[in-house]
Amino acid sequence: MSGSPEKFVIEPERYEFSAGPMHHFELLRRDFFKLLGAGIAVFTMAKDAGAMQETAPARGFHSEELPKEINAWLHIGEDGGVTAFTGKVEIGQNIRTSLAQTVADELRVPFESVRMVTADTALTPFDFGTVGSRSMPTMSPQLRRVAAAARDLLVGVAAKEWNVPPEGLKAAEAKVSDPASGRSLRYAELARGKTLAQNLPAEDPVTPPTEWTVAGKSVPKVNGRAFVTGRNQYTPDLRPAGLLYGKVLRPPSFDATIISYDDTAAKAMPGVVVVRDGDFVGAAAPSERGAQKALDAIRVQWKEVPQISSREIFSYLKKNAADKTDDRYPKQSGSMEEGLSRAAHRLVAAYTISFIAHAPLEARAAVAEWADGKLTVWTGTQRPFAVRDELASVFHIPESSVRVIVPDMGSAYGGKHTSDAALEAARLARAAGHPVRVFWTREEEFTWAYFRPAGVIEIKSGIASDGKLTAWEFHNYNSGMSAIETPYVVANRRIEFHPVPFNMRQGSYRGLAATANVFARETHMDALARAAQIDPLEFRLKNISEPRLRAVFEAGAKSFGWPRKKTQEGHGFGLGGGTEKGGYVATFVEVAVDRASGAVRVVRVATAYECGAIVNPDGLRNQVIGAIIQGMGGALFEAIEFENGRITNPHFASYRVPRFRDVPEIEAVLIDRKDIPSAGAGETPMLGIAPAIGNAIFDATGVRLNGLPLAPNGVKV
Amino acid sequence: MAGSGDASLPDFAVQGEMIAMPIELEVNGKRYPVHYDPDTPLLYVLRDELGLTGTKYGCGEGQCGACTVLIGGAPRRSCQIPASAAGKPITTIEGLEKEGQLHAVQQAFLDAGAFQCAYCTPGIIMSSVGLLKVNANPSSAEIVQFLQGNICRCGAHPRIIEAIHQAARAMQGSGR
Repeated sequence: MSGSPEKFVIEPERYEFSAGPMHHFELLRRDFFKLLGAGIAVFTMAKDAGAMQETAPARGFHSEELPKEINAWLHIGEDGGVTAFTGKVEIGQNIRTSLAQTVADELRVPFESVRMVTADTALTPFDFGTVGSRSMPTMSPQLRRVAAAARDLLVGVAAKEWNVPPEGLKAAEAKVSDPASGRSLRYAELARGKTLAQNLPAEDPVTPPTEWTVAGKSVPKVNGRAFVTGRNQYTPDLRPAGLLYGKVLRPPSFDATIISYDDTAAKAMPGVVVVRDGDFVGAAAPSERGAQKALDAIRVQWKEVPQISSREIFSYLKKNAADKTDDRYPKQSGSMEEGLSRAAHRLVAAYTISFIAHAPLEARAAVAEWADGKLTVWTGTQRPFAVRDELASVFHIPESSVRVIVPDMGSAYGGKHTSDAALEAARLARAAGHPVRVFWTREEEFTWAYFRPAGVIEIKSGIASDGKLTAWEFHNYNSGMSAIETPYVVANRRIEFHPVPFNMRQGSYRGLAATANVFARETHMDALARAAQIDPLEFRLKNISEPRLRAVFEAGAKSFGWPRKKTQEGHGFGLGGGTEKGGYVATFVEVAVDRASGAVRVVRVATAYECGAIVNPDGLRNQVIGAIIQGMGGALFEAIEFENGRITNPHFASYRVPRFRDVPEIEAVLIDRKDIPSAGAGETPMLGIAPAIGNAIFDATGVRLNGLPLAPNGVKV
Repeated sequence: MAGSGDASLPDFAVQGEMIAMPIELEVNGKRYPVHYDPDTPLLYVLRDELGLTGTKYGCGEGQCGACTVLIGGAPRRSCQIPASAAGKPITTIEGLEKEGQLHAVQQAFLDAGAFQCAYCTPGIIMSSVGLLKVNANPSSAEIVQFLQGNICRCGAHPRIIEAIHQAARAMQGSGR
């Protein structure tokens, strides 16, 4: 990137990008035992390559493609230790722990004996990315199948040893036993002295959730001690020998280009390497300050181009929508005219969504090292294989010459799909002949990362006198398609997504556009309920046919105590909910609005969440509550402001994120559906909080707020 | 010790990045000569020169608390203090564990699962240790007030508050 001038059309769901090339399986396999020692290695092929492609359920807009051949492997060592491999990354969502539980459960070994190797393009199976809440629904079954295949193989080895048929043998508690004779052999004993590698088909069925023993329980985070002692090494903490610190000269505004350049003084500094490559300018030095001093000594003039400001963004989006709607949406059924004509109440309203930043506390970082024409990069990214491919392409080297390793990350929230810091570090390292670290400053992170897309949403609707929806028309400009479809029953509807060609970097964010679409829809539903004088919960339940959605609304209401009588001046109650990516959420909120100052305080939240069979209840609770707290920021006060290609609030002092004082009392009700495969939980729990707060503010004050953030400067009552 | 932040300290002769006379810092009970420019913020000296990377860069502006260390027992933002001005002994997250025994606050964070990505955790633990030094049994409101300058983006706040209560109980129980 680095101020790349080309415009691009929004990629509403960045995880649509087509999958990268195959992993280098033969190479890996030769090295497998060298790396892990003797034992038993099991490789499984996707059971059904077609089914593994995850082409979207009905709608076709997730074309996540998993590799078609071998897609999972694990190793059982001579000490009985199990090493399982996944391309997923740990970003605090606790995936290392949940997936280790899954493997332990299926292999019938203690949780402590499983080690997960994550996100290393040289060691782990190809993975599309840790995106779109896919880890649980796709990675978990993949690992279960390889673990089940390994279990069968161990049983087979024991059967051969005892010269008995395998059918009568049993695998449990890290050993294979023969009930007929009372003999047993530990997995460690079965693996001893072997270098046995087998390709096995991935077979169903795997253990159903009702029979889980390790999964389904709260286990503490793997390696938790390293996190409270400061020993865990995030990317910026890596210090390979000879490390230099890199800095990149940023343009004064987006799309600015260099018109004059003089780096004589910088190049004269001892130990400093300066690189200019097109509009990329960077320096590496033995200290971060040294690199900054070098950049400060470069004389450069930029040509800037006039750009729009955040004040006019919404009218810009409306005016500049592409002529053609995205053909994955529109969706239309019935007739809006007929629906509206049958309505007793009609409502037209527009909603706005501001750009917001992910602001992970660990800003983008990478450490790059070249050796013998091969490149190794440690970097915080959610898509290590995509970063590998980009590095290979940018540096004109084969993918096999690039290794990308992702250390556990100071999180991402959908904001680290790109390879920016990796490219920068690799470019500087190539020139320096030393490993180079690039670690973005907070201001760089706010300015040069990408944003959750801004948007305008327009809704036209009608309800009959009995409170049933008769018409629903929904237009989303720019913010994206996730959860654009209404989960409420309505025969006459028209739903359209209008992309807007735009030059600001915008992309994925936790929950994607679902936050915007659910905010608009649930705010609108609340206004409809008020118009018809029906309780907002009752109104939703009247229009829901999906039992899972109904269940979370009912569970949330019970926990919160809905309906509530107002007992305190300035207090109000609201709700909001929805479904996306196999998760169902309903959130209930009490707010207090100070009449004099207009300040909004969220007093209490109760939220119900259901995502199928729960793998780790404690981890899930942490995710759900975390999503509520993070969602409060975008709901109430977060907004990126910009003027003429510059971000004007690129600091935590001017971009307000939730802090301790903002955090209400939060109750999370988790519904465990052991009859339904596990879906993800990183994103969908965030969807209900913004509309619930907005609807509670209306309840408290009579002021209807239709824009996110709702009240950056309080509510004018 | 040298580098006490005393204004009467002699000017160091600076030639490029070479400092003629290094300052000295006491960190986690150990004395280190420091060769970085003495006006370099303490954070960079700890991380890049001394290799104590448990202390994190979050914003470099004193706004997020990720770089919090104890200086003379009080929590300070190490990104805002020149190394030469530290003045008193410094404790970082690496210095809390004693002979394999976690500090009560570390143990409580672990027991309460009071983190997700945990990037903010060292800074919040150091702030909390500082809080418990001056207020052995803080109320939830006092904890919230004290941690207002620490950002946690994952939303572990309720568990962090609970962990600090747990640590306070444990420390009172053990008489620490």
